[in-house]
Amino acid sequence: MADHGPAKGFTRWLYTTNHKDIGTMYLIFSLTMFFIGGSMALVIRSELMTPGLQFVHPEFFNQMTTMHALIMVFGAVMPAFVGLANWMIPLMIGAPDMALPRMNNWSFWILPVAFGILLSTLLMDGGAPAGGWTMYPPLVLQTGDAFPFLIFSVHLMGISSIMGAINIIVSILNMRAPDMWLLKMPMFVWTWLITAYLLIAVMPVLAGAVTMLLTDQFFGTSFFLAAGGGDPVMFQHIFWFFGHPEVYIMILPAFGVVSEIIPTFARKPLFGHDSMVYAASCIAFLSFIVWAHHMFTVGMPLSGQLFFMFATMLIAVPTGVKIFNWVATMWGGAMTFETPMLFSLAFVFLFTIGGFSGVMLAIVPADIQYHDTYFVVAHFHYVLVPGSIFGLFAACYYWLPKWTGHMYNETAGKLHFWASTIFVNLTFFPMHFLGLAGMPRRIPDYSTQFADFNTMASIGAIGFGLSQLIFVYVLLTVKKGAKATDRVWEAPRGLEWTVPSPAPYHTFDTPPVKRVTQESFQ
Amino acid sequence: MADSSPPASNRSLTGQLILCAVAMFAFGFVLLPPLYRVFCDITGFGGRGNDSPMVVAEAPDLSRRIRIEFVATVNNYGPWQFEPTVESMTVNPGQMYYATFNAINLSDEARTGQAVPSIAPVVASQHFQKIECFCFVSQEFTGKESRALPLQFIVSPDLPEYVDTITLSYTYFESNYVTRR
Repeated sequence: MADHGPAKGFTRWLYTTNHKDIGTMYLIFSLTMFFIGGSMALVIRSELMTPGLQFVHPEFFNQMTTMHALIMVFGAVMPAFVGLANWMIPLMIGAPDMALPRMNNWSFWILPVAFGILLSTLLMDGGAPAGGWTMYPPLVLQTGDAFPFLIFSVHLMGISSIMGAINIIVSILNMRAPDMWLLKMPMFVWTWLITAYLLIAVMPVLAGAVTMLLTDQFFGTSFFLAAGGGDPVMFQHIFWFFGHPEVYIMILPAFGVVSEIIPTFARKPLFGHDSMVYAASCIAFLSFIVWAHHMFTVGMPLSGQLFFMFATMLIAVPTGVKIFNWVATMWGGAMTFETPMLFSLAFVFLFTIGGFSGVMLAIVPADIQYHDTYFVVAHFHYVLVPGSIFGLFAACYYWLPKWTGHMYNETAGKLHFWASTIFVNLTFFPMHFLGLAGMPRRIPDYSTQFADFNTMASIGAIGFGLSQLIFVYVLLTVKKGAKATDRVWEAPRGLEWTVPSPAPYHTFDTPPVKRVTQESFQ
Repeated sequence: MADSSPPASNRSLTGQLILCAVAMFAFGFVLLPPLYRVFCDITGFGGRGNDSPMVVAEAPDLSRRIRIEFVATVNNYGPWQFEPTVESMTVNPGQMYYATFNAINLSDEARTGQAVPSIAPVVASQHFQKIECFCFVSQEFTGKESRALPLQFIVSPDLPEYVDTITLSYTYFESNYVTRR
């Protein structure tokens, strides 16, 4: 096994079981999906630039909103975090590889197939799915030829996520360095452990829900058909039982990322490491008992509305613990503002805005007004774009020198940060006002009173889209950067900084002993 | 490093986690739909109300007036005309009332239709007691036939005080949809 390098040619990538290769493929795949989903967002924003219908048919507009969401959720954000987990978890826990390398290869290579199928529906009779990514019946049952392909691709994405999650849990629980007990694990490893449990708990539930859609359409069942004694509202309950934990699946790993980065650039250990662990666990638990806040308007008894409202607001408590811990980590620290730190700081600030609008949406009487308006769109884009996506950018800039052995172009990185931050706010902040004024989501045309804010949002979206090309430039030119040292930053903590930069193909063939304590986060 | 098979501890943990995933699928696909049905039957959450005739003694509460609104919809724009005879009525709890819906088969062929009810707010659904309802059975129509469909109901005096309006909505389906259950 000694000095066994990567195989040559394309089959290296096809057959690889190396966690670094698979992590890289995940990251490149998700970046590709990020650009495809982003182009769809630009179709949406171009159409909404001015009132009236200008570029696309309403049917195609609906296909774009649906596909944008499916691709960004399942194709960009989730695989990107799995890619980070693949790259970093073995390095952070001192393991030679993931626990189940062959399954790791499978869980990646299912994804291009799943998204190939999903994207091919754009060319089918009746077009791509257009009933919203939430796939509510009976509307989704009116999808054309694309319907079974939609269901099958969701099944494949689910299988991929579940296999990835199983792999991550087994790696974390069984393959840690000898003196790394659970509460000594870095926060990124902790948040991924919790996320992986969430994935195993809810992805099969989504698979069950879409399977019921499939049998309703083709095999004569009536799970969701009122005529046959079923109830379409039941789909919403099952979907959001998956859907709410899903939003934490997309944000918890980002919490982990910024919990790694802020201590490095504040030059202080993470404040309240253990309370961060308990807070993340609380958030994960609460995510299972708040699903109906997505459907306050379907008609629910008052007691149900009250329960889901208060349970939802309760989530603000552990989330607040995390936010305050990050602030306390920075407090009195010797901070510097390299690109990963900038993205992390913007994450803390802008994610909190998304959190606040989430608390507003939790208030039942207010939600009945806000439901299905652009206020909701503003809310979830604030938690997903400057939340999850900024967390991903921060992670990429932070670990890029470790992956490639070269420092990225800091000027370009900072430009990418400032352009992204300005344009993301220009895009999504006006949507709060649009929503409060009553503009409904998923509609290609709107009343002229909404014109100015929509134009601002569209300009912001185009600017944000173009800004991401700077990131591609940074990636393409990283090899020209200065050689990175093994520790890369001034005082980072964690086992990943004890291996050379770039990280060799095989690391930790023998478990690191007595090094964990020195690298401890506490 | 032993290449091929992972250590036993990894295999058993993997097995347990796969079992968890399968169990969660079974929970969603097999267990939830019947549980949801039972939950709705007990709480009236689905807003269906009773689906067979029930016997209730009259005990009019003349001090309270409830507005009943009727809504009629035809599923999938089928060849039916379907509407309530009156759009709303004001009732006293505990007293029996009659209402009718008019249905016309707009096509030349014989068809069978059936109405599926929904009551809002859901908290009222257990208190809207249908003594007799055309929605309990299907109706056979000859071509172009028109028919008045009867409904007989009592609003229970136990209706929570904050409810002052009940909406009763019927969607009229081709009965081949309905018999799929």
